[in-house]
Amino acid sequence: MATAEEIARAADQRDIRNRWYLSAPAMLTIFFAAVGPLAIVLVYSFLTPGSYGDVKWQFSPEAWVSVLFERDIFDDTLSLAGAHMSIFWRSVKLAIVTTIITLAIGFPTAYFMATRSEKTRDLWLFLITIPFWTNLLIRTFAVLQIIRNEGIVNTVLMKLGIVSAPIQILYTDVAILIGMAYVYLPLMVLPVYASMEKLDFRLVEAGYDLYASRWQVLRRIIFPLVKPGVIAGSILVFIPAIGAYVTPSVLGGGKNMMLSNLIELQFGQGRNWPLGSALSITVMLIVMVALLVYVRNAGSQEVRHG
Amino acid sequence: MPEQPGKNAIEVRGVRKVFGAGDAAVAALDTVSVSIRENEFFTLLGPSGCGKTTLLRLIAGFDYPSAGEILLYGDDIALLPPFKRPVNTVFQSYALFPHMTVSQNIGFGLEMLGKPKAEVKARVAEMLKLVRMEHLASRRTSQISGGQQQRVALARALAPQPKVLLLDEPLSALDYKLRKEMQIELKRLQNQTGITFIFVTHDQEEALTMSDRIAVMSSGKILQVGSPWDIYDKPADRFVADFIGETNFLTASIAGIENGKARATLKSGATITASVADGFQPKGEATVVVRPEHAKLVKGKAELSGTVENVVYFGTDTHIHVRLDGSDDLFIVRQQNARSAGCGFETGDKAGIAIGDDAAQVLRD
Repeated sequence: MATAEEIARAADQRDIRNRWYLSAPAMLTIFFAAVGPLAIVLVYSFLTPGSYGDVKWQFSPEAWVSVLFERDIFDDTLSLAGAHMSIFWRSVKLAIVTTIITLAIGFPTAYFMATRSEKTRDLWLFLITIPFWTNLLIRTFAVLQIIRNEGIVNTVLMKLGIVSAPIQILYTDVAILIGMAYVYLPLMVLPVYASMEKLDFRLVEAGYDLYASRWQVLRRIIFPLVKPGVIAGSILVFIPAIGAYVTPSVLGGGKNMMLSNLIELQFGQGRNWPLGSALSITVMLIVMVALLVYVRNAGSQEVRHG
Repeated sequence: MPEQPGKNAIEVRGVRKVFGAGDAAVAALDTVSVSIRENEFFTLLGPSGCGKTTLLRLIAGFDYPSAGEILLYGDDIALLPPFKRPVNTVFQSYALFPHMTVSQNIGFGLEMLGKPKAEVKARVAEMLKLVRMEHLASRRTSQISGGQQQRVALARALAPQPKVLLLDEPLSALDYKLRKEMQIELKRLQNQTGITFIFVTHDQEEALTMSDRIAVMSSGKILQVGSPWDIYDKPADRFVADFIGETNFLTASIAGIENGKARATLKSGATITASVADGFQPKGEATVVVRPEHAKLVKGKAELSGTVENVVYFGTDTHIHVRLDGSDDLFIVRQQNARSAGCGFETGDKAGIAIGDDAAQVLRD
């Protein structure tokens, strides 16, 4: 006869088994969609490029060397790859500036939304998500139409006599920043709004009551309490911004490359898949390091509330 | 308590507050005027939606009046932002800053006033001692109990030494025993600091036990201002009498007013003497009120008679519900309990209700 203890143990085991069955779809998805492809990229970065793209199955660290260094054609000495360095730095810089711009625009937007009445809030939330319904490429071309020399901005400025010749915005870093800020703004607004919506606005009143000015209330009360949302939003914007491909290609005109353009080049005309793979992993490393530094700094100033 | 003229800390003059516009406009405060004296424990009492919290928020500066003036020691502050008023609030929800410690919360106001660090520190220590929270100074506000949060909220509001302290139903979230304790604590703090307290509550017992003076409010108006004794014993109208304590309402026809006394003939045919407030000239049918403790239950005949329907034991006293003869009205009589003795009546007993000469009052509807 089974004792109570044995029955309980059997139930526990059944429970554990069930847990595995239930989590299998998620586990398989994570493996085949994330870990698997990443492993292939990692393996490819240590192989030799084939003559017409693809790879030859022969170990070579050459790709990783050329991420950072250039080999002289004649005497094989290595020198720092200035072109790669400047592209890395440009990408990081533009991603950081994009994050700052989206935060500067997104924070007040989220505040505005969170302070509306409950009914209108949903409407604003809905409006914020509308851009997601349209293809990224089309949205980017729409931005192009607005900022090109014959576009709305320049036409209006010239009609008003503010400028005599069109301002060259398109194919500059400014154009890339405008495009990226526009594309990634919802990714900042949504998490900040989610935090802001939970904010107890009586705390804001309490701040005013205790002689804090509007700026002090923002800095000492609102900002610390919505910081989790700001951190989440910054991460959500920074990661895709550093690897952005469509927006810089269309609005930057391909003159000044970003990381994604460089990677694309290696898989296309460059026919150097191992270098492309190594560069991809480099982007990942940059993002990881940046996130670690950011989260640690943002988190350490004040212990999280809860 | 005798009326003593003193300086007015707050003077509210003809204040109106309208929310919404057009057809949807609702007057939360309808031309309210009231003066609150220095060092007074003043209570705004009324049911929810009567406008008491709106008035408090206008004084605090979270809302601005649609019309009228609010004077703080003679200066009109009605349109100043809250951070420019030397007035602090204890919120119903406490609204403690969750990302700060107890000490940081208490010191926040002083810090915002730009006081030097050493002064802030000393004052925070003083406040912690005042509310007996020294041992929890470095705790986060989420790690302390409701009663302790209440004390921190008080200390935080008192720390900048406001001219007036506003309290928005601060005890409503506490359980009965803690609430009793905090009532005494609040009185102690008020005595010790000498700050004018304006206290908002819907709890009439709380208002009676704590206040120097009470303003009873209903639908955006102040119905009566007076000491707890005035409010309870000489209610201005039917609403006040009904809201404060338990009351029996009787309908009577009034005849012959003389020296503030009227002869009121009840439906039962009995005639009693009832006092009438100065300047009130009731005619024909009017409402007469009798407090349950001012009537006496007797065996045999009296002004009113009926059948005992319920005997409710309260420990200190007993409430006896009597269904009046010839009507469907219940009349409640309260009797002090004596040691080892019942009230002498049981459900179903016939009883008379004696109403003394001083017990009844004729009131405005």
